[in-house]
Amino acid sequence: MMNRDECFEILKRHITDEVVVASYSSAVEWNDLNPRPLNYFSVGAMGLASSHGLGLALGRPDRRIVVLDGDGSLLMNLGSLVSIAAAAPKNLVHFLCHNETYEANGGHPLPNPKTDFAGLARSAGYAQVHDFAELKSFEQQVGHALSQDGPVFATLHVKKNRPLVYDYEELYKASRRVALKAALQG
Amino acid sequence: MSVATTTKAGDTQVTLTGAKIIAAVKQSGVAFIFAVPDIVTSKGLLFPIAADKDLRLVRVCKEDECVGIASGLTYSDKRALILIQYTGFLDSLNAIRAVAVEYKQPIVMMVGLLGHEPDRLPSQSGRYGVRIIEPICDAMGIPHHLISQDADVAKIKPAIDKAYMESSPVALLVGRRPS
Repeated sequence: MMNRDECFEILKRHITDEVVVASYSSAVEWNDLNPRPLNYFSVGAMGLASSHGLGLALGRPDRRIVVLDGDGSLLMNLGSLVSIAAAAPKNLVHFLCHNETYEANGGHPLPNPKTDFAGLARSAGYAQVHDFAELKSFEQQVGHALSQDGPVFATLHVKKNRPLVYDYEELYKASRRVALKAALQG
Repeated sequence: MSVATTTKAGDTQVTLTGAKIIAAVKQSGVAFIFAVPDIVTSKGLLFPIAADKDLRLVRVCKEDECVGIASGLTYSDKRALILIQYTGFLDSLNAIRAVAVEYKQPIVMMVGLLGHEPDRLPSQSGRYGVRIIEPICDAMGIPHHLISQDADVAKIKPAIDKAYMESSPVALLVGRRPS
């Protein structure tokens, strides 16, 4: 098991001009660690981060799109695994933080905390699938995962987190969308 | 204040031509169609769109995915149309509420009114599910337009252009099976 913030610290070293689409707890932690115009936060309708990422990937094939999803979120949109695999965007990398809880909704357990998300992504048809439970392994392979032809899926087995402060209005304020559009036009 | 335009198609000879709808969608600059099959629009729209080389059809599993995908696509210069059934529209209301309405994204939805009687207004339908669609749009502040006969096709391009110019959602309600 890893700490999500440690995973994100490692991921940050590899992120340059990618658009990072992050949901709920991942969004809070990623924004604390790496605030930048090329972040896109999927909050307000839980589960849609992977779909937002697919739209970005289809519209901007010149950019790599990195989704930081949550396990509770993805369970609300499992069909998106099939839709993404069928659309087959080569520029989409889909990380799933698997801490076995609905972290943003009180820390309640998932209906089946041991769901094999990597297995689901593999059977849905993702081009590349990874499963990381050790930080050293993640550190060694994340660069490779980010450079593969997608869609790429990677489960990050992480511990239950420290308490976070969720300011959804701040995460999805209109100025962020304006900044992202400007950054993508630059 | 939402804008509702309606047509009462009482003439049994009234037609709605799928090819004309598709042409209007293309004239609106739409390049992507995100769809879940709907029996109202299946033959007249979805099958022809699937065979149309000028449109990229992305088939998805559930209608609220379309809202997220269309939102992500707005960060490019490309336009999209969501093609779904009213049941899927109802199932997607939270995504539409958050992404389309509260976050003011140009989400264009073409919604098949399954079971709607084309000779009536949707508000007078015998189908509860059909009857509540326009009031729900009104409550959410989503402009809606009934596309029930060929004369209604002229509403499509202005509605799509307005949605993208104002970055706001719009619903195009298909009240008759297009030929």
